[in-house]
Amino acid sequence: MKTVVKIDTETATATPEFEKAALRQESRRGLFLALPAYLYLIFFFVISLFIVFIYSFATRNRFGGTDLSGWNLDSYARISEPIVRDVLFRSVWLAFLTTVICLVIAYPFAYFLSTRRVAVRNIMLVFVMIPFWTNFLVRNFAWRVILGNDGPLTNATEFVGLGSAELLFTQTAVVLGLVYGYLPFMILPLYAAIERIDRRLLEASRDLYGTGLQSFRHVLFPLSMPGVIAGSILVFVPSLGAYVTPEILGGAKTTLLGSYIVTQFLTARNWPFGAALSFVLMLVMLVTTIVYFRKGGRTL
Amino acid sequence: MSTSVEPRGWAKAALHANGWFVYMFFYAPIVLLVIYSFSNSRNVGTWGGFTLDWYSDFFDSSNARGALSNSVKIAIFSTIISVALGTMAALSLERFTFRGKKVFDALLYLPIIIPDVTMAVMMLLFFGEFFDVLDALFGLGLRKGFWSISISHIAFNISFVSVVVRARLAGMDTDLEEAAIDLYASRWKAFRYVTFPQIVPGIAGGALLAMTLSLDDVVITQFVSGPGWTTLPVYVFGLIRKGVTPLINAVSVTMLVVSMLLVVLSIVAQRVRRNG
Repeated sequence: MKTVVKIDTETATATPEFEKAALRQESRRGLFLALPAYLYLIFFFVISLFIVFIYSFATRNRFGGTDLSGWNLDSYARISEPIVRDVLFRSVWLAFLTTVICLVIAYPFAYFLSTRRVAVRNIMLVFVMIPFWTNFLVRNFAWRVILGNDGPLTNATEFVGLGSAELLFTQTAVVLGLVYGYLPFMILPLYAAIERIDRRLLEASRDLYGTGLQSFRHVLFPLSMPGVIAGSILVFVPSLGAYVTPEILGGAKTTLLGSYIVTQFLTARNWPFGAALSFVLMLVMLVTTIVYFRKGGRTL
Repeated sequence: MSTSVEPRGWAKAALHANGWFVYMFFYAPIVLLVIYSFSNSRNVGTWGGFTLDWYSDFFDSSNARGALSNSVKIAIFSTIISVALGTMAALSLERFTFRGKKVFDALLYLPIIIPDVTMAVMMLLFFGEFFDVLDALFGLGLRKGFWSISISHIAFNISFVSVVVRARLAGMDTDLEEAAIDLYASRWKAFRYVTFPQIVPGIAGGALLAMTLSLDDVVITQFVSGPGWTTLPVYVFGLIRKGVTPLINAVSVTMLVVSMLLVVLSIVAQRVRRNG
């Protein structure tokens, strides 16, 4: 325990009671420090999540308002409607695709990073961190410019003679934007996990005549599992709830769960249904995270 | 002598190629965006000679300037509050034990992993229910706008600040703090003269990060902003949805430069030597 306890009277003898009192005082001080943030989070995350939960059982009235009465499960029942199911399946599928593509690109990159000298590695990491924290909207907009009519990509493909590449407003564009946005979320936990692995284990597997592929399959990959899972959660969950990317790069046929929820609130004005969908999204996130921590992962 | 695990031959080449590909992928779109923002053409992705017109349009537009100043005000205010609360939270978690600590620790992760859209919905409904109540109770005259946006930004920023400050505190020796207390410093004095100077880089890093996140947020802000009172990213997002114009290139590049600058400063601040 890191707790620093100081008994501040010279006459005091170290009796168990005295120690207990000192610990209690420390505990009060800790709680006092935590309290403002604690209350803030309880207000805005626990209570407001509860409000969302309540709303999901409410009824939408004829004027697009919400009546907090006549509690029912209609909003959850709507999830099985074909239109909604399509949106859900598409979201899960595109989020899954995004996760797999990120994993395939990020794994070798993270491994490569871990084999560099420390000085080089730190510089390389900084250059991964920069896009990680740069304006997400702007980074998606950049792809809109690149993929757009008469944009650099179309010009390039026409120049090579492939005809114009019409990617904008397709699912491909959305996945591209999501991979671009969330790739750092995959690289960083993967790197953290791979860097921690004892190199000598890999050497041992090679010494015992394992091929490169075998030592990857039986040593490197299993040991890096916490990173793989953490990265996958960090990419999958926000992809599922993506709103900005499909809105900028996607079209009418690429509505994802995130944009669908926003529509319920800002245009369709069906708040109970929107609340039910956000609650489902929240549950997906909580379940994946809890499963991850139960499995002993620590690199989130 | 054990077998080298350094990749050789094609594997080495593939790893290097993938490395270059990743950096190209990250930075090429950004570079292209910057280039096109100086292009004298009505079409966003076409080069039509050099011009600064789009930037001057941006600074001439009163809507854009208003949104920019709103963004800055909110970023500064929400950063100050979240730095204070986040640092206190970090101290309590790293240096004390208290009842409910585990729950608090878990709760602090929630804002980081929660999807933007869900948080936006939570804030929308929260303000829908509580703004009137608060108004009636305290007569604050709250309107959706500055306060609702700032309060939401603080809600997610506390966690990011506390994570950064905690990392700094965790990597620090407690020996000096203990020595100060052994020498009859009060807890406050030990903090003020021993702990605080050492965690300043962490606090600065956290503050810059919070400011970046506040300046970048679109989804949550869009849900809680009032009519006619919005931030720059929400304004730009609205413009993009109406149709892409070169003006957006210029605004985007400005936002890009600001957020990159803040991130680089944040990284530099956090890397200041531990005992420096």
